[in-house]
Amino acid sequence: MAVVFQKPKALADIPMHYCPGCTHGIIHRLVAEVIDELGIEGKTIGIAPVGCSVMAYNYFTCDMIEAAHGRAPAIATGVKRSDPENHIVFTYQGDGDLASIGMAETVHAAARNENITVIFVNNAIYGMTGGQMAPTSLPGQITQTSPYGRDPKLCGYPIRVCEMLSQLEGPEYLERVTVNSVANIRKAKKAIKKAFQNQIDGKGFSLVEVVSSCPTNWGMTPQAALKWIDDNMIPYYPLGVYKDRTAEQEAAK
Amino acid sequence: MAKLTFKTDFCKGCGLCVDACPKKLLRLANEKINKKGHHPAEITDQSACVGCASCALMCPDCVIQVER
Ligand SMILES: Cc1ncc(C[n+]2csc(CCOP(=O)(O)OP(=O)(O)O)c2C)c(N)n1
Ligand code: SF4
Ligand code: SF4
Repeated sequence: MAVVFQKPKALADIPMHYCPGCTHGIIHRLVAEVIDELGIEGKTIGIAPVGCSVMAYNYFTCDMIEAAHGRAPAIATGVKRSDPENHIVFTYQGDGDLASIGMAETVHAAARNENITVIFVNNAIYGMTGGQMAPTSLPGQITQTSPYGRDPKLCGYPIRVCEMLSQLEGPEYLERVTVNSVANIRKAKKAIKKAFQNQIDGKGFSLVEVVSSCPTNWGMTPQAALKWIDDNMIPYYPLGVYKDRTAEQEAAK
Repeated sequence: MAKLTFKTDFCKGCGLCVDACPKKLLRLANEKINKKGHHPAEITDQSACVGCASCALMCPDCVIQVER
């Protein structure tokens, strides 16, 4: 018998601190599988965010840097530019980190078409701090800071990051995926692999938004959270490719 | 023939693997408790497993290794 599935080498052999059924763990594994498959562990530097994945540096076996809240794309820019040939640089960021406090860093890294890979985990809430409203929390969504449901008249509407960034000339590749089923996990991995391959090929800013769950702060079982993604998240955050410059150029030929 | 190996002490008893198995071969062992204090997942009938690895793909904690 041959091993057909095992923990990727780029993921350390230690238990992760995430809540039971939290899909952060699946996304970590997909990134690690891609690092293994591309054979880039030795040259990869990951930038960890502030948020539940703040200790991602414990879990990936490549070099890691911990950024101040929201600043991962700025740090990634510096690391990448310091040795573009020999560094593969990725950030791993939640929605509070990437789309709230770090929105400026995100937008400008995309506008510059910085040659980095961004893994954006959108769970529509601030998980680490106990479930406050995020820039991506849905209209009507109950959180610690919107106990009667998010009221767009008071708090505005949630931000669709892929759609927004797709209006910029800069970025190379923007795709939204999710990991709430086996089929979706396979598609998510393809997108993450492409986002790393683009960097290797020197194509520029590649961001994969992964619609993720937070059973703990959504206040539901892990199973109900996966269904909540289908019923509530995907209608507001449709899956798909929002920008793929290379594919567009090929099509125009 | 397929074989699953569980890193039982990494399991958080979330049950996502149980739902992912197309042949409904997994269960949470309610009579057992692992180091983390969870009821760990286990396979009920190894001989019926086809080794599709759906459970392992769904597991957030890399608990399951699959051989085929
Ligand atoms: C400068 C600064 N402001 C605020 C905080 C508090 N804080 C920690 S994590 C977080 C948001 C985390 O949410 P998100 O990025 O969505 O990640 P998740 O925990 O949901 O994975 C905030 C506001 C902080 N650590 N530093
Ligand atoms: S609080 Fe939410 S996002 Fe954070 S580890 Fe728990 S389930 Fe995951
Ligand atoms: S998915 Fe993983 S952590 Fe959850 S019950 Fe199954 S083996 Fe345990």
